[in-house]
Amino acid sequence: MRTILTITNLTKKYGLLTAVNNLSFTIKKGNVYGILGPNGSGKSTTLGIALNVVNKTSGDFEWFDGTVSTHEALKKVGAIIERPNFYPYMTAYKNLELVCKIKGIDTSKINEKLELVDLIDRKDSKFKTFSLGMKQRLAIASALLNDPEILILDEPTNGLDPQGIHKIRALIQQIASTGTTILLASHLLDEVEKVCTHVVVLRKGKKLYSGRVDEMISSHGFFELKCEDNISLISFLESHPSIEKTIRKDDLITAFLNTPLSASEFNKQLFNAGIPLSHLVLRKESLEEQFLKLTDNTSS
Amino acid sequence: MLRLLNIEFIKLWNNRASKILILAYFILLSCIALIAAIKFDFGFFKFHLAEQGIFNFPYIWHFNTYVAAALKFFLAIVIVSMMANEYSNKTIKQNLIDGLSKKEFILSKFLTVAVFALVSTIFVFIISLTLGYIFSSFTETSIVFSDLEYIVAFFIKLLGFFSFCLFLGILIKRSAFALGFLFVWYMAEGFARIVLNLWDKTSEYADAITQFFPLQSMSNLIKQPFSRLGAVKEMANQVGEQFNFDYTVHWYNIIIVLFWTSLFVIFSYKLLQKRDL
Repeated sequence: MRTILTITNLTKKYGLLTAVNNLSFTIKKGNVYGILGPNGSGKSTTLGIALNVVNKTSGDFEWFDGTVSTHEALKKVGAIIERPNFYPYMTAYKNLELVCKIKGIDTSKINEKLELVDLIDRKDSKFKTFSLGMKQRLAIASALLNDPEILILDEPTNGLDPQGIHKIRALIQQIASTGTTILLASHLLDEVEKVCTHVVVLRKGKKLYSGRVDEMISSHGFFELKCEDNISLISFLESHPSIEKTIRKDDLITAFLNTPLSASEFNKQLFNAGIPLSHLVLRKESLEEQFLKLTDNTSS
Repeated sequence: MLRLLNIEFIKLWNNRASKILILAYFILLSCIALIAAIKFDFGFFKFHLAEQGIFNFPYIWHFNTYVAAALKFFLAIVIVSMMANEYSNKTIKQNLIDGLSKKEFILSKFLTVAVFALVSTIFVFIISLTLGYIFSSFTETSIVFSDLEYIVAFFIKLLGFFSFCLFLGILIKRSAFALGFLFVWYMAEGFARIVLNLWDKTSEYADAITQFFPLQSMSNLIKQPFSRLGAVKEMANQVGEQFNFDYTVHWYNIIIVLFWTSLFVIFSYKLLQKRDL
């Protein structure tokens, strides 16, 4: 698989503050990556450095195996950072025409991309008349003009209303399904969980995890249980070989698994032991819970 | 190079304020021709400015370039705001992300500025040539094309001034403040001159030192042409005054301005390179 971006030991300091701390990861073609981290964890700074707008303090980054200069490489990249930046006095079409000129490509794709983001009816309206959601969609159209090798999106749903968020997410999923490599920076976990195959987790500029999303959620899940006779249920659970630990909160009992066990099999075992349940759910930990666990563990 | 100019052209021409200012500048430039229409007729006293020799070759080159240079402030506004707007709209960030290098960005701005200066120069050249052929008492080719160094000086003067505006736009990032700073700078140079004059009454030192200041060096390129005019000289003679003024375009003035020009462009580039956007 081709390498698109390699980041090695990248560090960025703003005075005393270290925004990015010795960060390394690789982006390969064909995957959908998420960069996760709370606000101020260095996501945007990292992308800014790779995109030539922020100067690094030390370390290195390389586009396409270092075969081309950064600004040449960026012509094959589509990127939007935080807020969509266009010339407010120019129409949507003119703005995209300008991007084509900068990237050195012809203007034939403008209408196609405007259609993709559902802005073709407004192509002759000035940028300043657009709503935030429309601006964001225009930015995505602009990033796609060159059919990029990689699409970089930094907080693409920030500040949008629910409809806007939904539209952008559907768009990202649609683009991902065409096989385009995507790098999505976000602090919204369900967003990343829904579209990404790989994830890099940052906290205070340091990498906590990088790898596949499904490997990050590596636990076998847990049961949520309710029954009439809590005492015998708990003693049953504590002697069960597949149960790692049990937590009792009010009348809801949570049992964590250490080996895979299906809900129906578990139900049968309990029934045979004479403990009929009133409530049984097998749940997987979400990325959110996993993420909080990960960022909590290292905070102390 | 054409790609970079094309990019800047799209940005400028679609901005209504810039478009109006650029058009106003060139319309006013052609209005120099209207000076020819200044006529007073008081019966006993007839005065027609065009016949006072201001449109005589080669004096016209000096006169027209001097008057035309006063209009440069129109383009100064356009240039400062074209730079500052890139910051306030954050489009400079997007330009770089889209694959423009920082060098290309500065180059595209400098080329635009150079084109402004060049087009103005050609414009002034054609207007002067036309006016001259209509009103000048001498139209021999050797006289018509003498003293053309004023045209060269005009180009260098505009290039230097516009580069200064460009640099201020990048440095200050807000067009109004950058223009304000330009004015403050102008005052500071004037103030420095006053202080130097207090110290030495002959203004010899003041001239020697201030000629190295950016704005003073630009203004030294084309000095005021009025005291060279026949009618003015005559009047001065009547009151017993003699003008001993050096009107020539000196090579070292050109060097000083070109030095500042390159400094402004290099500083702009360094500033852009150093800054996080």
